[in-house]
Amino acid sequence: MTSPHDKLAVTLAVNGRDYRIAVEPRRSLADALREDCGLTGTHLGCEHGYCGACTVLVDGVPVRACLMLAVQAHGRPIRTVEGLAGDGPLHPLQEAFRDEHGLQCGFCTPGFLMLAAGVLEREPDIGDEALREILSANLCRCTGYQNIVKAVRAAARRIKEAAGRG
Amino acid sequence: MKPAPFSYHAPSTLDAMLALLAEGGEDGKVIAGGQSLVPMMNFRLARPARLFDLNGVAELDFLRAEGGWLRIGALARHAAFHRPPCGGPTGALLAEVVRHIAHYPIRQRGTFAGSIAHADPASEWCLVAATLGAEIVARSRAGERRIGAGDFFLASLSTALRPDELIVEVRLPILDAGWRTGFCEFSRRVGDFGIAMTAVALRVESGVVREARIGVGGVEDHPARQPAAEQALVGQPVAARAFAAAADAVAGAVRPMEDLHADAAYRRHLARTTTRRALEQACAGSGS
Ligand SMILES: Cc1cc2nc3c(=O)[nH]c(=O)nc-3n(C[C@H](O)[C@H](O)[C@H](O)COP(=O)(O)OP(=O)(O)OC[C@H]3O[C@@H](n4cnc5c(N)ncnc54)[C@H](O)[C@@H]3O)c2cc1C
Ligand code: FES
Ligand code: FES
Repeated sequence: MTSPHDKLAVTLAVNGRDYRIAVEPRRSLADALREDCGLTGTHLGCEHGYCGACTVLVDGVPVRACLMLAVQAHGRPIRTVEGLAGDGPLHPLQEAFRDEHGLQCGFCTPGFLMLAAGVLEREPDIGDEALREILSANLCRCTGYQNIVKAVRAAARRIKEAAGRG
Repeated sequence: MKPAPFSYHAPSTLDAMLALLAEGGEDGKVIAGGQSLVPMMNFRLARPARLFDLNGVAELDFLRAEGGWLRIGALARHAAFHRPPCGGPTGALLAEVVRHIAHYPIRQRGTFAGSIAHADPASEWCLVAATLGAEIVARSRAGERRIGAGDFFLASLSTALRPDELIVEVRLPILDAGWRTGFCEFSRRVGDFGIAMTAVALRVESGVVREARIGVGGVEDHPARQPAAEQALVGQPVAARAFAAAADAVAGAVRPMEDLHADAAYRRHLARTTTRRALEQACAGSGS
């Protein structure tokens, strides 16, 4: 008989690197990233799906990491804010957030960056209204949102220009 | 804000899942998208001792039109409805409604069948199921039964499903081109649970309503059709006066819940308005 406190062997494939960890089944993906992988860029606000601070990409799709169990993410490709730039130059989204003042305290920023990264990769030509609707998934207590929308728009342009040149 | 301990089971076949449910009984729970269950576990409003993960049961990951029905497998996510999953008025209604359910990242995980099983009074999918007359296909080791939506939703978070049963599929009738559909929801902000909402399907011939299905959600403890409003419409020409009469009938019939967001009088007022607007939307551009 297994006890609910028994730890399970889980491999999280985060930003191209495998993290072999042992966690209780109740460990959320967000907590596993922060506590077991040491990747504290993913933030936790509400822990019940409302704020979006914990947004990461699983299989390329933005999800709430507080509502997924670490064991459910076993072996699947995960991307967090730490992987956007890696050791290289800033990602166009990060540059645009800086240039357009898309952040103040920065608490919500990793979640917005990963939400936007996931969406722009899937829908590079997304329209204004659809983009606003998607960005409404996450909460920000500082910026008033306008500069976040501007930043994501600017990043979308830069990504397309770069793709056009490439 | 962390769940109580539980043991985790991830079957890869339907048979194995049904076996777990048969023995797991009362203290076991299925997790599908986890977008309602995990918040409840984090708040410790739910404390299952054993969690049965549906996500590995690949045979339930389907969404297809077949024999006049849209067959929605238990692993079909909300996001699968961002584009109409079938032709005609049913497909158009589903693609319109899905935009009102939570937010984009939540729609990537949450499932249609999970919404039906969870039975939130303000669930858009439960309202669509009640309005269109969905069939809920429930399976257990003892066999399969099909439950009509009218008999399925009992009260807030309460359904006719037994603890050993799994919803394997939900079936929605695919309406033909003679039908028009409409949907209107009032919520405080995009993505919030609605405070009142109405879904309608009308069969119109030569400008006269021949059949009407009107469902209201978010107002009473479970979504339900509104027979008085439907009767008020059938046989009437498609016109503002008939819509107003149907909306009045809804306002007269509902027994609204009260909560932080709205008292009964406000919900009644909203239900009247969402009904009128859903009817207008259904008939917009139809030359009435
Ligand atoms: C911030 C936020 C906002 C939301 N807003 C809305 C909204 O506006 N409208 C709305 O409708 N929903 C909303 N939701 C809830 C969301 O739609 C859920 O996805 C849905 O209610 C449940 O589906 P799920 O697959 O996530 O189920 P889970 O959370 O996995 O399960 C929910 C319940 O259903 C049971 N269950 C799941 N699948 C089955 C099955 N196949 N057979 C038997 N039992 C099953 C589980 O045991 C559990 O009791 C919101 C959620 C969040 C976090
Ligand atoms: S911490 Fe996950 S949505 Fe708020
Ligand atoms: S920058 Fe402070 S919460 Fe968004």
